[in-house]
Amino acid sequence: MIVIDQLSKVFKTNEHELKAVDDLSLSIEKGEIFGVIGYSGAGKSTFIRLINRLEEPTSGTVEIEGQNITSLSKHELRVKRQEIGMIFQHFNLLWSRTVEENIAFPLEIAGTSKAEIQTRVQELIDLVGLTGKEKNYPSQLSGGQKQRVGIARALANKPKVLLCDEATSALDPETTDSILALLVDINEKLGLTIILITHEMHVIQKICHNVAVMEAGRVVEQGNVLEVFSHPKKPVTKKFVEQVMGKPDEELTDDVLIEHISDGHVLKLTFVKETANQAIISEVAKHYDVDINIIQGNIKQTQEGAYGSLYVKMTGDLPAVEQAIQFIRSTSVDVEVITHG
Amino acid sequence: MANLFPNIDWMDLLWATGETLYMTLVALIGTLILGTILGLFIYLSAPGNLWDNKIVYSITAGFVNIFRAIPFIILIFLILPLTVFLFGTFRGPTAALPALILGSAPFYGRLVEIALREVDHGVIEAAKAMGAKTSTIIFKVLLKESMPALVSGLTVTAIALIGYTAVAGSIGAGGLGDYAYFYGFTRRDMDIVYVCTLLIVLIVFIFQFIGDVITKKIDKR
Repeated sequence: MIVIDQLSKVFKTNEHELKAVDDLSLSIEKGEIFGVIGYSGAGKSTFIRLINRLEEPTSGTVEIEGQNITSLSKHELRVKRQEIGMIFQHFNLLWSRTVEENIAFPLEIAGTSKAEIQTRVQELIDLVGLTGKEKNYPSQLSGGQKQRVGIARALANKPKVLLCDEATSALDPETTDSILALLVDINEKLGLTIILITHEMHVIQKICHNVAVMEAGRVVEQGNVLEVFSHPKKPVTKKFVEQVMGKPDEELTDDVLIEHISDGHVLKLTFVKETANQAIISEVAKHYDVDINIIQGNIKQTQEGAYGSLYVKMTGDLPAVEQAIQFIRSTSVDVEVITHG
Repeated sequence: MANLFPNIDWMDLLWATGETLYMTLVALIGTLILGTILGLFIYLSAPGNLWDNKIVYSITAGFVNIFRAIPFIILIFLILPLTVFLFGTFRGPTAALPALILGSAPFYGRLVEIALREVDHGVIEAAKAMGAKTSTIIFKVLLKESMPALVSGLTVTAIALIGYTAVAGSIGAGGLGDYAYFYGFTRRDMDIVYVCTLLIVLIVFIFQFIGDVITKKIDKR
């Protein structure tokens, strides 16, 4: 468990003061993937650097599993950092070292024996899927492969926490997805706590359990990913939700829907935490004497289930339709009747 | 050969070439050590870097700037008392070494500093995040990552040094410059000057070639 309490970082330039991180408090559960999202300049990059003290906090504390990081001496901090892995937007590999030598570097720093380094490096190379690339130099790798080296390197000393600083922002969408899948994989396999910062809503939606939205150095909204993004409160959160769900005005408004659909009942089904396995639509069609026509919808999968909405047109006898609606309401899907035909 | 270069004593020429190589190589080793230390201190003590320290920065940067500003021929005269104190004489190739090293180390120091500044800041940050000691960062990150630039900088410095040995030769340091000046130019035996020139050019080419080969081999970017 990581507890961040009233953490602040103030950058002072001549006569100017910039509060990059402003009185920020958070708690992150052991083994979860915690996302921090914000636009550039929101202070998220400074925030993640405060956790392993690449930036020294101006005030406040960071506690990792009961140990206060902020009060450690320089030497203690160096040893502690070996337990905190970090990956970067631009990978930050040593170009003069091969893949295996790059991964061995943190082990050399920790004073691991040569024989142990060899077996551990091979384990890690297999874990991140770089088998066969051991002797390659970073310049011979693609961006995704470089980030895999970065991940292997960050995991070398068996850390309890992995910090990801915009780890997928320099990658194309397809590679981003494969790196995100790898992060989920190691999160599950190793029980590692992952803290990631990003400006891409897609990343949060795909892999995070909990999220904090940052703006001007403060957390403006936080909680379970599904909850924050199905009921965004702050304008900045709404904007991020639009990144993946599209703008609300891109959907047909209810009025337009009614105008175009003369018969049947138009329903809006809202999915929150609905598991994709439940085949609601087909079940309704099978068990009730109604026809269902999907008009439009937008549903995204997250770590905790699906969320989004679906507009359907239901035709049939009124009692049958009402029974069907009753049934859907008995599941976790929310039904809003837009129009009765 | 004897008709083309009537005034040359080939044994003397060989000896002079040996002296030039001796001065260049020994001074190059001294320059490498002193220059790397100077470059590291300037880089590390610069604002925002690992040992951010205004006093150390001002002293090392000042030292480098002053010694780079002094023309080499004047530097030789300036440090004559030191040379005499160290070797009892200011003549001969060994006596030329302090001046050669003091003349080229600040130059190389600047090249080292420039090379270190080119090292990606993110890589240093990554090493810090792994819990690396400053010494690890210096030897395994900074110097390793800047190696191609350090080697090509050393090649440039070596060639400047060959020029300096010839200047030092004109006040009796020995070597090809000495031979060309005293035996060639002052006696108007220009064939000696031509042969010495050719040899110096050849040595420069060989140094450049070796430097290029090594740089190419270690550059994995």
